[in-house]
Amino acid sequence: MGRTMAEKVWDAHVVHRAEGEPDLLYIDMHLIHEVTSPQAFEGLRQAGRPVRRPDLTLATEDHNVPTLHIDQPIADPTSRKQVETLRANCAEFGIRLYPMGDAEQGIVHVVGPQRGLTQPGMTIVCGDSHTSTHGAFGALAFGIGTSEVEHVLATQTLPLRPFKTMAITVTGELPHGVSSKDLILAVIAKIGTGGGQGYVLEYRGEAIRALSMEARMTICNMSIEAGARAGMIAPDQTTFDYIRGREHAPTGADWDAAVERWQGLVTDDDAVFDAEVVIDGSALTPFVTWGTNPGQGAPLSASVPDPESFADEGERQAAQRALAYMDLAAGTLLRDIRVDTVFLGSCTNGRIEDLRAAADVLRGRRIDPNVRMLVVPGSMRVKVQAEREGLDKVFTDFGAEWRSAGCSMCLGMNPDQLTPGERCASTSNRNFEGRQGKGGRTHLVSPVVAAATAVRGTLSAPADLDPQPALVG
Amino acid sequence: MKAFSTHTGVGIPLRRSNVDTDQIIPAVYLKRISRTGFEDGLFAAWRADPAFVLNDEAYRAGSVLVAGPDFGTGSSREHAVWALMDYGIRVVISPRFADIFRGNAGKGGLLAAQVTPDDDELLLKWLENHPGDSVSVDLAEQRITCGPLSVAFQIDPYTKWRLLEGLDDIALTLRHADSITQFEATRSALLPTVGASAA
Repeated sequence: MGRTMAEKVWDAHVVHRAEGEPDLLYIDMHLIHEVTSPQAFEGLRQAGRPVRRPDLTLATEDHNVPTLHIDQPIADPTSRKQVETLRANCAEFGIRLYPMGDAEQGIVHVVGPQRGLTQPGMTIVCGDSHTSTHGAFGALAFGIGTSEVEHVLATQTLPLRPFKTMAITVTGELPHGVSSKDLILAVIAKIGTGGGQGYVLEYRGEAIRALSMEARMTICNMSIEAGARAGMIAPDQTTFDYIRGREHAPTGADWDAAVERWQGLVTDDDAVFDAEVVIDGSALTPFVTWGTNPGQGAPLSASVPDPESFADEGERQAAQRALAYMDLAAGTLLRDIRVDTVFLGSCTNGRIEDLRAAADVLRGRRIDPNVRMLVVPGSMRVKVQAEREGLDKVFTDFGAEWRSAGCSMCLGMNPDQLTPGERCASTSNRNFEGRQGKGGRTHLVSPVVAAATAVRGTLSAPADLDPQPALVG
Repeated sequence: MKAFSTHTGVGIPLRRSNVDTDQIIPAVYLKRISRTGFEDGLFAAWRADPAFVLNDEAYRAGSVLVAGPDFGTGSSREHAVWALMDYGIRVVISPRFADIFRGNAGKGGLLAAQVTPDDDELLLKWLENHPGDSVSVDLAEQRITCGPLSVAFQIDPYTKWRLLEGLDDIALTLRHADSITQFEATRSALLPTVGASAA
C-alpha cells in the first residue's frame, strides 16, 4: 500500500524502532529562541552534556524583542535577562544566533524559510507551537516543549509516537479577496480546535496548489490551532522556485539531485489517510473570529452567533463565556464591531506578501481617527524589502506605525500590548483571552481585512471600502 | 523526574473547555530563566476574579484538577506544566488533552489522565457539590476514585511506564547513541547545515 507524505518523511528519519516504545526520530533542523530554551541549556549544564549538533541548530531573538529603539538595551529587565541568557548559552555551546539588530534577525518561523534552511522532507522542531509553519515546504515540522528542546540539543533526536494523517482537500479556486488566512480560519471553525488532535494535516487540492509559498505558510502555521501538531503541503514547482538561490539551498548538480528527491515525497495515489475533510474553496468569503478560541469564527458577512444556537452544552457555555469576555451581544453584525487597534504582523501574516496585500488596500487612504495600527514585519529582511518597495511610506502616510521585526503584539511579551478592554483586529493566530495583553479582545483576520478595518474602524473587507482615490502615478 | 504511583488530594472542578496554555500561564510570566517559581502565574487572569474556583477556600489547596475537554491547547510553553506543578497540582483530568501539553506533562511528572466525557461530568458534578472532597488516582491501575465514583482513565503505556519509574528521557535515548551515530553517517550530504557559530 502507498504511503502519505508524512509517513514517508517519518520513515526516513527513524533512528531506532522497538515494540512498545516510541520511534526515535532524527531531527534535521532545530530552531531555538529565548523563551523556551534557558531551562533546556541549564539542564545540559547540570548533566554535563554538550549540544550534539550545533551545525543543525539555529537561534534567533524574537518573542521578547521590542519593535522600537532596537539599538538600545531592552528596557524590561526580565526580558533583557532572557535575551542575554540566550546569547550566553549560544556562545557557550557554539550555536549561531541572530540577535536583535542583526540583518537576519526575525521571528524564528520567518527566518528559517527565508534563508533556505526549510526544505522538503526535513524534520524540523522548535520550542514553539507555530513550527508547523515549515510544513508548507513538505517538511515534518512541529512544536515541542522545553524538555524536548533539551532532548534535541543533547541527542538530535526525539522519541515520538507516529501521528495519524488527515487530508484536508480544498477544491475549486479561492474567490478574489479571499486569502489563505480566511481559508485556514474556515477550516478551524469546521473541524474545531481539537479536530486535528493526534493528526498531521496534509492540505491538498487545486486551491492549495494555486497558493504562493507564503500563503501556504499561513495555512500550515495555524494547523496547531486546529489541534494538529503539524500541517504539510506537498512540494511542487512553487516550492522549488521559492527555495532556489537562497543561502542554504543546494546549487548546481546538488540542486538537481535535491529536486529529484523532493519530487518523490508526495503522497502516493493509493495511500490511505486516517481521516479526510473536503472544503469547497470557491464558496469561501472573508472569515473572522468573534470568540476566544480560533474555532469560534464566522464569515465577515455573518452576525455574532447566539450561544443558544449551539446544540452542544459545552460549546454553548464556551460561547456564552466568550461573548461576555469579548463584550459582544448575539446578533450584532460582525461588520459593525468597532476596533481600537489593528495589528499586522506575526509568524502567520508578517511576510512581504502580507505587507504588500495590506499596503495595496491602504495606498491613498487615511486611517480611521479612532484606530491605531501597528505594522510589524516578521523579520529584518522583510523590513528591508518592504522599505525598498516603499511600503513603509504607504503605511506611515496612511497613519500606521512602522516597526522593527519580532513577535510583538501577537503575544505581548514585549511592550506591544493591548490594554484591558481594548479591541484589536489582528493578523496573528490566537484570540485567547488576554493573549495580546491582559483584558485585551482579539479578532483574528487576514491582512486585507486588517487593512480595510483600519480604514473604516469596524471589521471590514476591502469590498466594503469606497473606491480608492486615484493614485498619483 | 520524580516517580508517580498514586496520589490523593483535594479535587478542583474547573468547568471550562479549551483551557489554553495562555490561560494556564500568560506570556508575561514566561520571562524567568529558572525552572521553578511559576506558581504565581498559574491562571493569573482568572485568579483575579474572586469567583474563580481556586479562590474558593475549599479548593485552594487542591492538587487534582478536573477540567473540560481540550485542556492545554495553544502555545507549546512547558511553563504551563511547571506552573501547575509549582502550585501543587499533580494530576489533571480531562476528556481530551492537546498533544504538546500532554507530552510536556509526561516529561515533567504531571499526570494527564484522560477520561470519558461522561465520567468527566460525573467528577465535575461531584466536586462542585462536595467542595473539598478528595480524589485518589492510582496510575498502575489507571483508576480515579472520588466519593462513590470509581472511573478508569487512559494514558499511553510508555508514558505510564516512564512516570511509574521516574525515568529521564535523555538517558533513555542515549542508550541508542550508536544508532544515532550510524544514522548520521547515512544522512544525505545535500541536507542544510547552519554553518559554524558566528561567535
